[in-house]
Amino acid sequence: MSWLEVSGVDVHYGRIQALRGLSFGVDQGEIVSLLGNNGAGKSTTLNMLSGILRPTAGTVTWQGEDLAKVPPHDLVARGIVQVPEGRRIFSTMKVEENLLLGGYRVSNTKLIAQRIDMVYDMMPRLKERRNQEGGTLSGGEQQMLAIGRALISEPQLLLLDEPSMGLAPLMVREVMNIINQVNATGTTVLIVEQNAKAALRIANRAYVLETGSVTLSGPASELAKDPRVVEAYLGTD
Amino acid sequence: MTQVLIDGLFLGCVYALIALGYSMVYGIIKLLNFAHGDIFMFGAMIAFTMLTAVPGLQSAGIVAVFGVLILSMFLTGGTGVLIEAVAYKPLRSAPRLSLLITAVGMSFVLEYGVKQFWGSKSITWPQWAQMGAGSIPIFDGTITISRLVLMAVSIALMVGLGFYINGTRQGRAMRAIALDQRASTLMGVDVNRTISLVFFIGSALAGAAGVMFGMYYGAIGFMMGFLLGLKAFTAAVIGGIGNMYGAMLGGLTLGLIERTTVYFCNGDDSWKDVVSFGLLILFLTLRPTGILGDRVVERM
Ligand SMILES: Nc1ncnc2c1ncn2[C@@H]1O[C@H](COP(=O)(O)OP(=O)(O)OP(=O)(O)O)[C@@H](O)[C@H]1O
Ligand SMILES: [Mg+2]
Repeated sequence: MSWLEVSGVDVHYGRIQALRGLSFGVDQGEIVSLLGNNGAGKSTTLNMLSGILRPTAGTVTWQGEDLAKVPPHDLVARGIVQVPEGRRIFSTMKVEENLLLGGYRVSNTKLIAQRIDMVYDMMPRLKERRNQEGGTLSGGEQQMLAIGRALISEPQLLLLDEPSMGLAPLMVREVMNIINQVNATGTTVLIVEQNAKAALRIANRAYVLETGSVTLSGPASELAKDPRVVEAYLGTD
Repeated sequence: MTQVLIDGLFLGCVYALIALGYSMVYGIIKLLNFAHGDIFMFGAMIAFTMLTAVPGLQSAGIVAVFGVLILSMFLTGGTGVLIEAVAYKPLRSAPRLSLLITAVGMSFVLEYGVKQFWGSKSITWPQWAQMGAGSIPIFDGTITISRLVLMAVSIALMVGLGFYINGTRQGRAMRAIALDQRASTLMGVDVNRTISLVFFIGSALAGAAGVMFGMYYGAIGFMMGFLLGLKAFTAAVIGGIGNMYGAMLGGLTLGLIERTTVYFCNGDDSWKDVVSFGLLILFLTLRPTGILGDRVVERM
């Protein structure tokens, strides 16, 4: 059994079924990527892992614990933290306040200050803009802020929903570098992407999601060469 | 004229305290809580009962009133939390209109519930707990000590609230929920608990205003929350609804305007409501974001 084990999960939105018997696993220390087109169920998967959506069938176990009954805000305290699709920065709050909110579940204020400094070291642009309102940042800076905010609680498992969305290639590279750095400090990463190229470059393993279930899986380097992946997600270049 | 200013500021504090709750609740769940004025009324009623039911309380004077004020705040705060849990929480994802209608219903429940227990007649506040004795002259006006104390208390409550909302972890979470509920959950904020807390604080402030009102006017009734609720709404709109400082500013402004109107009408107070609600309509049509609406972007 994997560190994080998703097995046979169904998720419904009312009568619409978004996940169908979804099964996959993530091991500690990995970067795992979920690839898929619009509507494949990527965000649904992450929201299910964050406890915002509940499976109608199947189970999620994390370090041996069944997560079915853990409320979303407690999952954060246990170390599962999501950087949501579209960043969802608190737009009229300062950059620093956004980071402070990331430490909402950390009771030691010294620790919060330390981790904020660590984030500033990793992303100096944020430090320059610490007193600026979150909504005034560029898309790339907002993505960094969203990641930085999630890091303040020192997650064990970081869930990233399309961090490259809407970013210029150079900025995508920068964000991916940051994700790599975060992983190097011991944080396990589950990254959801439509930008398969960028995701496969940093991931150890990947799963391909189609209409709510896994159709392909394997080491990232192998999937990057798989003709089915190349045709559907990487295009011919 | 000094007296007009003193009266206006006092009334303004009462309005501001009610408007704060109105505005905070609007900020966090975008609900115009029509039952909020009735919480204010309920606060006055339970304070009245405590003041008259406990024998010998009179001898403690202002200390007793102060104690009753605190107790009433806790009780109205609890009532607010209860109302939210029973009537509003189940409708968290329902259309806004359903929530609004429920709030109107809740207002009736409180009004007629209170009528059952306290009756429909106007209730006279105990003489000793009114603001009569010990007046201090200020220029050509006077202010009583108890009134001074109450104004100080309400200003302290407002300043304290300002610090709480802007400077604490819990206050930050409230502002975050007002901006993005989902993202707040993802930060580990227990949204339901935080919303309950907002209802507690807002309702407690309304309870405090109820006690102050009883002391000031000396008469309370089960329907008084209706008009005062509308006035507080007006104050919130004038200041900029959803904005905490707007509620304070709007409350004080409205209090001063009303007392000034009465002054210029030679003590005839039939025009003050016309002016207040005229102002409401003016703001809603010309500047719906209120005085602070555009400048202060943070909504809470
Ligand atoms: N709130 C909702 N109500 C109803 N159906 C929904 C809702 N959210 C998502 N769905 C449906 O569930 C399916 C999966 O959606 P999801 O958002 O998980 O896709 P995704 O892989 O994240 O897509 P994208 O790349 O566009 O973000 C889609 O068919 C979508 O229409
Ligand atoms: Mg998505």
